Amino acid sequence: MGLRRVVITGIGVVSALGHGRAAFWEALREGRPGIAPIEAVDCSQMRFRNGAEVRGFNPEAHMDAREAGFLDRFAQFALIAAREAVADSGLEFTPALRETAAVVTGSCVGGQSTQDQGFVDLYLEKRPRVHPLTIPKTMANAGASRISLEYGLHGPAFTISTACSSSNHALGQAFWLLRQGAVSVAIAGGSEAPFSMGLLKAWEALRVVSPDTCRPFCRDRRGMILGEGAAMLVLEALDAARARGARIYAEIVGFGMSSDAHHITQPSMEGPARAMRMALSDGAAPPEAVGYVNAHGTGTPANDPTETRAIREVFGAHADRLAVSSTKSMHGHALGAAGGLEAAATALALHHGILPPTANFTEADPECGLDVIPNVARRAEPEYAISNSFAFGGLNAVVAFRRWIGM
Amino acid sequence: MSNDLTERVISVIAKTQRIPREKISAESTFEELGLDSLDSVNILFALEEEFQISIPDEDTREIRSVAQMIEGIGKLVAASGSAS
Repeated sequence: MGLRRVVITGIGVVSALGHGRAAFWEALREGRPGIAPIEAVDCSQMRFRNGAEVRGFNPEAHMDAREAGFLDRFAQFALIAAREAVADSGLEFTPALRETAAVVTGSCVGGQSTQDQGFVDLYLEKRPRVHPLTIPKTMANAGASRISLEYGLHGPAFTISTACSSSNHALGQAFWLLRQGAVSVAIAGGSEAPFSMGLLKAWEALRVVSPDTCRPFCRDRRGMILGEGAAMLVLEALDAARARGARIYAEIVGFGMSSDAHHITQPSMEGPARAMRMALSDGAAPPEAVGYVNAHGTGTPANDPTETRAIREVFGAHADRLAVSSTKSMHGHALGAAGGLEAAATALALHHGILPPTANFTEADPECGLDVIPNVARRAEPEYAISNSFAFGGLNAVVAFRRWIGM
Repeated sequence: MSNDLTERVISVIAKTQRIPREKISAESTFEELGLDSLDSVNILFALEEEFQISIPDEDTREIRSVAQMIEGIGKLVAASGSAS
C-alpha cells in the first residue's frame, strides 16, 4: 500500500479569540487580539498583568457538573474542541473506523491548575490531604483519554509534551500514522490552561513575558503573552474524505522535526531551518511554491530575529516574496496548544484565501525584515503554507500544508 | 449508630456526587447509586474533611454500601474522639 494523502475535514477551537472556530477565524481575519488583563490569577504583585485567556468559559454549559469536576480546564478545552471538530467534519464513527482511530494531543503542562491547587492545600493551607482526583486531572494525557472515551476510539491515543512544540509534534505523528495507513482517522491537536499562580510566577522569573502586549517582529517588542485554549483537527485519508463527500479545508503534506542540540533555552538558526527543510522535502513542496508561513513568532528578543534568519536560510531569495505572520499576536502563546491553534489558523487561511496578520504591529525590527502582514489581513491563495513551532529545549516541529483545490 | 452521623455521611455523599439527598438511604449500595471506585475515593476524601479523620486504605477496600461507610466512619470517629 502506498502512502495515503491526508486532509483536514474538521476544525474545533477554544481560544482567547472566543468560543469556537467561527469566533477564532473572525478575530484572526480582523486582526483583533484577545489580550487583556489576566482574570484567573491576581497579578498585582507580578511584572506582567496581561494574558490571552479564554473568557466567560463555563464548563457546565458543555458537560454536567460531575463530568466537569473530573476534568482540569485544559482537558475540558480539549474535549470541547474535539467535539466541535468532529461535528464540523460530519464524520460518523462506525465500529470499523473506531477500531483504529487515533487521538494524538499535545500539552506542555497538563493539569497545572489542579496540581497547583493541591500544593496550596498542602503547603499553604496545611491540609493533610489533596483532592483524590489530583492524579487523573493532572496527567497530561487526560484530554486525549477523554476524547477517546467520548467516541469509543480504540486506536493509538497518546500525548506529546515538547513544551511549545507539543501540538506540532502531535499533528506530525497523527499525520504520519494516517499517511502510512496505520490508522483510519485521527483527532489531533493540543490543549493548554496555564493560568495558575505557580506557573505564572515561573514565567515571570524567566523574564520573557511582555508587560504590555505581544508585538512579534517589531523593534519595540517586549516579549511573549501567555495564552490558553485548545484546537483539534479531524484528519482523514483523502480517498475516505472524498468517498463520503466531506468538505476539505486543506491537505497536510509534510512534517519535519529537529533538535538544536545547542542550548536549553537559546534558539539556534540551524535547528529551525533543518525542521522547515525536512517538512518541505517530506511533503515534496518546492520552497518557491510556499506563500505563507505561520511563524513561531513569540515576540521575544531571541526568537524573532533567529526565526527570520532561519526562514532566509531555507527560502533564500524567495523569503522576500513570502508572507509571514505570527497569530500569537492575537491568541497569545498557548504553549502546548500553540501548534494546534496555528494549524487551525493556517488551514482556515488556505481555505478562505485570507492570510491573518501580525497584530499590534508598530515598526519593523530591521533584524526581522520579512513581510509580516502588519495589522491587516490580506487576500492571497498560496499553494503551500508551513506552520512553525520551536520549543524551549531546542525542539523544532514544522507542519506543511497545501491549499485544497479539488485535486 | 447515631442518626446524626448517618445524616452527615448521607449528606456528604449527596453533595459530593450531586445526587438528590432523598435518593440515598443508609441501606443503599454503591451499585444502586451508580458509584464506581473513583466516586468512592471522592466520597472518602470528603468524609475525611467532614469528620477530621484519616481513613486507612485497608479499611476502604471492602466498602460497597452506605451502611458499611457509616459503620466504618463511626468506629474511626469513636476512636479519634473528635466527633463534634
